[in-house]
Amino acid sequence: MKAILLDNIEHDLPVVHTDKKILYWLSTVDHKAIGKLYMLAALLFFIIGGIEALLMRTQLAVANNHFLPPDAYNQIFTMHGVTMIFFVMMPALLGLTVYLVPLMIGANEMAFPRLNAFSFWMTFFGGLLLYFSFAAGGAPNAGWFNYAPLNQNNYSNSPGINYYAMGLLLGGIGSVTTAINIIVTILKLRVKGMTLKRLPLFVWMALVNGFLIIAAMPSLNAALSMLLLDRLMEAHFFNTDAGGSALLWQHLFWMFGHPEVYILILPAFGIYSEVFQVFSQKKIFGYVFVAASTVAIGLLSFGVWVHHMFAAGLGNTVDSFFAASSMLIGVPTGVKIFNWIGTMYGGKIRLTTSMMFAVAFLIEFTIGGLSGIGFSIVPIDWQLTDSYFVVAHLHYVFVGGSLFSVFAALFYWFPKITGRQLNERSGKWFFWLFVIGFNLTFFLQHFLGLMGMPRRVYTYQDIPYYTLLNLLSSAGAYLMAAAAIVLMYNIYKTMKGEVMENKDPWNAFTLEWYADSPPGEKNFVDIPVVSSRRPFYDLKNPHNRDYD
Amino acid sequence: MMKLTIGSEAIFFLCLIVAYLYFWKSGNFQKEVAEHLSIKTTGVFTAILLFSSFSFWRAEKNHARENSKATKLWLIITILLGAIFLSGQGHEYYKLIQENVLISKTEFGSSFYTLTGFHGLHVLIGLIILLVVLTLTMQGYLLNKNSSVLKTVGLYWHFVDVVWIFVFTTIYILPYIL
Repeated sequence: MKAILLDNIEHDLPVVHTDKKILYWLSTVDHKAIGKLYMLAALLFFIIGGIEALLMRTQLAVANNHFLPPDAYNQIFTMHGVTMIFFVMMPALLGLTVYLVPLMIGANEMAFPRLNAFSFWMTFFGGLLLYFSFAAGGAPNAGWFNYAPLNQNNYSNSPGINYYAMGLLLGGIGSVTTAINIIVTILKLRVKGMTLKRLPLFVWMALVNGFLIIAAMPSLNAALSMLLLDRLMEAHFFNTDAGGSALLWQHLFWMFGHPEVYILILPAFGIYSEVFQVFSQKKIFGYVFVAASTVAIGLLSFGVWVHHMFAAGLGNTVDSFFAASSMLIGVPTGVKIFNWIGTMYGGKIRLTTSMMFAVAFLIEFTIGGLSGIGFSIVPIDWQLTDSYFVVAHLHYVFVGGSLFSVFAALFYWFPKITGRQLNERSGKWFFWLFVIGFNLTFFLQHFLGLMGMPRRVYTYQDIPYYTLLNLLSSAGAYLMAAAAIVLMYNIYKTMKGEVMENKDPWNAFTLEWYADSPPGEKNFVDIPVVSSRRPFYDLKNPHNRDYD
Repeated sequence: MMKLTIGSEAIFFLCLIVAYLYFWKSGNFQKEVAEHLSIKTTGVFTAILLFSSFSFWRAEKNHARENSKATKLWLIITILLGAIFLSGQGHEYYKLIQENVLISKTEFGSSFYTLTGFHGLHVLIGLIILLVVLTLTMQGYLLNKNSSVLKTVGLYWHFVDVVWIFVFTTIYILPYIL
């Protein structure tokens, strides 16, 4: 390997002087350790949120079931949504970002290591505070978007929603500080030669995502502050009995809520972009289009929120505007799908578990995207809103989009993070069980929604096909649970196993694989000069370098 | 970093201002503003807050010239002006509570206290930061002109002032021109 190596920039790393394991994890400011903490926290909440999903599907397996009483069911579907979005997907994706971004841009740390630790602990304690509500007299029970006036004291008099507001405020502050940290890191700490045009696409997505978080979270935080004032000091913001406005909550929530959807999918797009390149052994098809369409999504995502509110009756002009903008935002996303297909075209495709999740994503996400475009047509939205069709749609994008990316990332970067490779055979079992279970559960819910089954109702009458479809849907949920157990066992077995010798098992292209696997306390002792988008590839193929 | 923080904060205040205007449109704020708020008194405190931006700017200038004595002096003036503004706000709140304008009484109370309260909180945070900066300069830190601390803190302090201009316009001036 001949290449010009740069001595790495000296960056003061805060040193933790302790041999005590627990104290180390509590006090660490190392971006790799914090990335792992984020992912472990996400795993913890994933198990809890998954159990909640199973409880719901058990309740819904047959008609007129009384396994869960209605008030418990309300709490559980609310907690499932809040947990999965704010305390599973956010920490999982931010954790991967925090772990990988410095490694990918050739830096030894984040720009603000202590702030990084602060962000994690805010998020984690936000999650714990949310769950403390169970002990304090009842969990929040007004759904994850917590509409007014249901979120008011007269409709929900347990303290659950106070914990919802406080937990999400903490999590929101944590996300904003992480986002600031990520942006500054990307803009200031890149290794020599890594211009913005040469950033790995994952880093590009992280950059745009940072701006999305900074701009979207404040509106949620403002809404939550007003909600807390309403509930604790009897202010009048959303209290419709006393001159408050239910619509104001909807506007503020969805001005955050729709960008939030993109906050959860952009890092996923970044992950897929890396995975498709490496497992096709080809560079990305249309780098500029992937990056530019991301910026377009970022901007457009702030102009579509009212499509969540078509049923509120805001008038034809408003509805038409937001219907059009919602269709428009499908375009840059569609562009990316073609980029990834083009990347695979003519490549040496290796169907590893990671790649299989990426390929499955193309299909599932397109299904979710198409039903989304359907929803942007106002009359269709009126017909299907608040039915199981919505539940199916949102799970196709959240699970088929974001969660699949976390699985793809897990199998792709596990060797990087731990120095061990997950068992591929077991991984494929996991893949098929999960994907079949997922489609069984949620594809059928499209039909349930079309037949008119409302979401968020704890049971249903024995109407023709309702029981059959619901039973199959619940069976799918159990298949996914079985898959999750296979995955945990795989991780457990792998962690017990040997450390690999090869630090670059996938023949990857980007700088994180130039570091050791797992990276030492200091990521890089030296680092190649970056002269293209695939610096590690250049280093391995000096006679066949990239020029871009 | 401070610029990104400010961007995020700006959107937060934008939401609160929009909420205020939203209720203003539907409620009888006009009457309540005329009855309870005094544009003259608060105008004076507004001028004081604006002057604190000027005094901080003087502190920054002197810092760039490494004139440590003048830097400290202007810092102290800034802190005093900020504190006067806050006490003015406290006095206004006290008066309003006497007149039975409460957060739980009307939409005006809810929106007014939330918007001005969050701004006041930001002034308070700014004062705490300024006190820390002042203490450190007293002990001889941060005085090197290469230190970016004053500039960063300044961004925040000027931002808090700019927010107040918007808040003041929304609450106190709009009723007179619309």
